[in-house]
Amino acid sequence: MSEVSGAIRTADEFEPNKATAMENTKISADKVQVYYGDTHAIKDVSINIRAQTVTAFIGPSGCGKSTFLRCLNRMNDTIDICRVEGRIAIDDEDIYDPKVDPVQLRAKVGMVFQKPNPFPKSIYDNVSYGPRIHGLVRRKSELDDIVASSLQKAGLWEEVKDRLDSPGTGLSGGQQQRLCIARAIAVSPEVILMDEPCSALDPIATAKVEELIDELRENYTIVIVTHSMQQAARVSQRTAFFHLGNLVEVGDTQDIFTNPRDKRTQDYITGRFG
Amino acid sequence: MTDVTLTTTPASEPARSKSLLEIDERTKKRNAAETRFKFYGIGAIGIGVFFLVALLVSILSNGLSAFTQTSISLPVPLVQSEIEAAEKSIVKTSKYRDIIGAVLIEKLKTAGVSTDMDSKKLLQIMSSGAPGALREFVLANPDAIGTTVPFDFLTSSRVDGYFKGRVTRAALAEDKNLDSAHLDIVDQLKEQGSVTSGFNWQFIFGSDASDSRPEQAGIGVAMVGSFYMMLVVLCLALPIGVAASIYLEEFAPKNRLTDVIEVNISNLAAVPSIVFGILGLAAFIQFAHLPQSAPLVGGLVLTLMTLPTIIISTRASLQSVPPSIRDAALGIGASKMQSVFHHVLPLAMPGILTGTIIGLAQALGETAPLLLIGMVGFIASEYPSGVFEGFLSPNSAMPAQIYEWAKRADPAFYERAWGGIIILLLFLMTMNIVAIILRRRFERRW
Ligand SMILES: Nc1ncnc2c1ncn2[C@@H]1O[C@H](COP(=O)(O)OP(=O)(O)O)[C@@H](O)[C@H]1O
Ligand SMILES: [Mg+2]
Repeated sequence: MSEVSGAIRTADEFEPNKATAMENTKISADKVQVYYGDTHAIKDVSINIRAQTVTAFIGPSGCGKSTFLRCLNRMNDTIDICRVEGRIAIDDEDIYDPKVDPVQLRAKVGMVFQKPNPFPKSIYDNVSYGPRIHGLVRRKSELDDIVASSLQKAGLWEEVKDRLDSPGTGLSGGQQQRLCIARAIAVSPEVILMDEPCSALDPIATAKVEELIDELRENYTIVIVTHSMQQAARVSQRTAFFHLGNLVEVGDTQDIFTNPRDKRTQDYITGRFG
Repeated sequence: MTDVTLTTTPASEPARSKSLLEIDERTKKRNAAETRFKFYGIGAIGIGVFFLVALLVSILSNGLSAFTQTSISLPVPLVQSEIEAAEKSIVKTSKYRDIIGAVLIEKLKTAGVSTDMDSKKLLQIMSSGAPGALREFVLANPDAIGTTVPFDFLTSSRVDGYFKGRVTRAALAEDKNLDSAHLDIVDQLKEQGSVTSGFNWQFIFGSDASDSRPEQAGIGVAMVGSFYMMLVVLCLALPIGVAASIYLEEFAPKNRLTDVIEVNISNLAAVPSIVFGILGLAAFIQFAHLPQSAPLVGGLVLTLMTLPTIIISTRASLQSVPPSIRDAALGIGASKMQSVFHHVLPLAMPGILTGTIIGLAQALGETAPLLLIGMVGFIASEYPSGVFEGFLSPNSAMPAQIYEWAKRADPAFYERAWGGIIILLLFLMTMNIVAIILRRRFERRW
């Protein structure tokens, strides 16, 4: 329970902003339906996700957290049978508008995956790949700067600054995941989506990544899927509870964890905590 | 199975655990089955190895002798007047033959070998290509006229076979070309060192020869034909195959049409090569009017044949690249194309290269379709004069040349067929080793 109260404190600091929360919406989803073939995986989900905030998606396995997260940067486009309906807007621009190129969208909405997936290339190449393909730099020195600052922001710089040329796949699991975060940051996204980023990591590596997420909140809008409620409590300010494809409840993390309004949320939370 | 349940279930008392030190029936049975299976496996491998060894032994024992060749060295005085006379006559080589005959008789005289044969009969110990070789030398080196040139002439294939143990004196009784008296002469010349046997460079670098002079036949020109065909196959099949696979695997929508295409590609891989041959004959020669027997056409036919192999192996290696790599690239805003070309393709490269090399090796050893488009043996007697001619002038290919030799009556050709197989196998082995090295070298962990 102590972790939960810790999270409440963090949320308290966030409290002053609450009044402006409404105009602070970064992503708004309206009546989103997702189908995999005939399977109705996401049912009528509407949610506003605030800028400069960590929003956690929790819920039992298979309830559609990943599916909904992947709608936010249109990664679902890569799945042939997947169909998305409804409206999802970032900064009030419909990302499913035919004029939107998913490639541009994904530069704005970065993603970190469940299993660390660095490219089998050097650490430097991993981080510099994004800026290079997006033409963000003119000179090698600028690229060096971006690589360094991204690794610094990802808290990995001290550990790897002497071996930028060694392969990214040679790092430990936790380091690889932070490398993936650095890689996502390098293209200066506004939103970072994380799908259970710590599920393949040991507790110490998890703590580091969580710390990092908390720091990143200042500059980025973060949405994190997690199966660990402690983690949701530790890192997030807002929590959304999904169940069987429905968004059951969304609210400030401390509210969700202390007095959930829905019975299902309550069962889920107490089931895990009790 | 049943007896086990019987012994444990009737007594409802808690099952007593058995001693680990005694092995129960079931375990014994399982162990016996395992042992038996191991023996089957070893047996199967043993049979395979036995046939492999038998194959290699027979290839080597039959073919190695093609790599040596007996020759006779004669000092030939190139007299100006004789050569001018020869060049003026109608059948020029016959005059050169007279020159060589005279030299041979002279040689026997100085060597103290007595014989009552005339020059024409004597010359049967030498290749019938000897006069031609002499003339070629004279035309190429006019400065040498007036001097005496030490010359190594090929012996005839019978004499060569005699020293290799292929031809016996008994067998010569029925031979019109050579009899024991000839062998007595070459035996004495051999003792004196005039008849020697050395490495058969002509076999490796020469061209096919007519039925009557197997000693001159070589596989070199056919090798060049094969080389140009492989160039065509590599330059067409690799890019087309890889592009098709990438499109099918990464970009094509999964629908009925792509399913049909997929099934057909798999079917094409199983189509007998002779079908590709007749297709090539109809499409490239009769319809497109490309020259017959040209390595270009052979290469095109083999390209058709190799494409399915390359496509299938390329798709398999694309599939084996973990999807997380694609996600990673797409997730930071790479386009589909960038994700494929920057990340997926490099990781699939070892598999693609291996598949390509194996496809090429298959194509290199393919015979049937080449026969249909006229790339049989004895097509070209000279190396192509340039790259362009290399592709377009009629030529043979290694396996077709081997087939041609195996068909001919003279056992000396048969020996060369085996020798050609050794060379072909060396090429195939090299290619496979290169494939393995590439695979090892480029394989990366992810
Ligand atoms: N690629 C897919 N194809 C078909 N069905 C899928 C696919 N991905 C997920 N699903 C289905 O969608 C539902 C939600 O899955 P997911 O979003 O992965 O859940 P979560 O991340 O909450 O565990 C599940 O019922 C799952 O079977
Ligand atoms: Mg998931």
